[in-house]
Amino acid sequence: MVSGAHVSLRGITKIFPAAKAGEGLHALGPVDLDLAKGEFFAVVGPSGCGKSTLLEVIAGLTSPSAGTVEFEGRRIAGDIPDGIGVVFQEDACFPWLSVEDNVAFGLRKSSLEAAERRRRVHDVIGLMGLGDFAASYPAQLSGGMRQRVCIARTLVRQPRLILLDEPFGALDQQTRLLMGDEVLRLWRQTGATVFLITHALDEAAMLADRIAVMSARPGALLDIVETRWPRERDSRVVERPEFGGITARLWKTLREESLKTIGRAGEGP
Amino acid sequence: MTRLGLYRALVVVAAVLLLEALCLAGVIDRITMQPPHRILRDLAVILWSGSQNAAIAKTLTNASIALGLALVIGVATAVVLHGYRALRETLDPLFATYYAVPVFAFYPLLIVLFGLGDTPQIGIGFMLGVVAVIVNTLNGLDRVPRVLRKAARIERLGTLETALRVDLPYAAPYVLTGAKFAVAYSLIGIIGAEFIMSRGGMGYEISFAYNNFDNAVMYPLIVLILTVSIAINTALSFWERVLLARRGL
Repeated sequence: MVSGAHVSLRGITKIFPAAKAGEGLHALGPVDLDLAKGEFFAVVGPSGCGKSTLLEVIAGLTSPSAGTVEFEGRRIAGDIPDGIGVVFQEDACFPWLSVEDNVAFGLRKSSLEAAERRRRVHDVIGLMGLGDFAASYPAQLSGGMRQRVCIARTLVRQPRLILLDEPFGALDQQTRLLMGDEVLRLWRQTGATVFLITHALDEAAMLADRIAVMSARPGALLDIVETRWPRERDSRVVERPEFGGITARLWKTLREESLKTIGRAGEGP
Repeated sequence: MTRLGLYRALVVVAAVLLLEALCLAGVIDRITMQPPHRILRDLAVILWSGSQNAAIAKTLTNASIALGLALVIGVATAVVLHGYRALRETLDPLFATYYAVPVFAFYPLLIVLFGLGDTPQIGIGFMLGVVAVIVNTLNGLDRVPRVLRKAARIERLGTLETALRVDLPYAAPYVLTGAKFAVAYSLIGIIGAEFIMSRGGMGYEISFAYNNFDNAVMYPLIVLILTVSIAINTALSFWERVLLARRGL
């Protein structure tokens, strides 16, 4: 184990029980991984390789069949630890609450004074560019804005680890790039560790400090690529010559795995 | 008012005017039915004199208790059933055929058990309303997206808090649909039970007036029951539309 790792995974394996008698579905692992505090880490992999399962294990939403997860030195076992926020791919806004109430929902158990709570909610809403929509309901917003509401609800709790499960999967390419910029800005401002699951290689290459490539099921880490981007960066890193090299390396590893998932492994050009 | 709403109102007004014309022309004789304007006048007299206040209060109080019990127990039962799949699958066929059961057949049994007081009538109103609430609430709970439950867990909500803060708010429009049915069913249950055997209440007074050809009491009380039921249903429908509109539906 790396000393002082913010998140530490050891031998994480997930086997889903079979519906009928027989062997279960080996979905994930074993996975060993350490995330440094404040790091932006991305995971790419073919469909169904267990990326989201890995994220759910880290979040405490799913228990691993074997292995351990530690967050800030404390083992995650069957409960959701304090200090973790998750943004899901699907729309997780509460449709009966206004934007402001959605964001404030994250603080309902907080011991903060009401005025401080309101200030924090308004600050996060402003940070996400939703100031003019605080009284709106999610149905009145675009998909990108709703995702920003979900990010705001996560950020208002000031998590120290933010897990993003393909958060821009349902958005168009331009909005994804802009949302990527916002996530980078928030990452710098909050100092949180970010763990991003994505199927988009360019998104991973643009955002992350390190990118792990997962194998086809059962998902294991095949390669970890360091981007070496400066902390002060935005979507314009795609213009850099080394950006193409990073995505090419990711694709080189990922191509064979993706072919496996559609039953065409070993095919040449 | 929308154009469709206007048409609906016009249909109702036209039907009332037709009834008025038929009554005034003698096509419908006075012993069978009073013209609508007389019914409204008699209703005003009843309300103004307070002669039926005790009966109205008894019926509406009992219907409110039956409705309240149907809502609270129905919603709570649906939440529990939603969490226990095997129990739910066992009871689903019973819910599906429940309204084929003539609940009023149990009224004598309830009278034997609880006496000729309000309890058997409330029991009938409750029995008629509760399953509509359970079925509609379950329908709503089935539609709660899994991601909202995951979000609830990330927000560290417990089982009860998830039900109260996530599941039921999401299912609220469906709960309201059940509530609309329950309003009608609980009123039907109370009035019907009073009709069959009771010592008071609007159903009893309507039955008494019917047996004595007292149209000046019977029709106004029928109109009052219709008005109360439609008013509550309209209010719930309005609330339901507000909730759905917030969700872009």
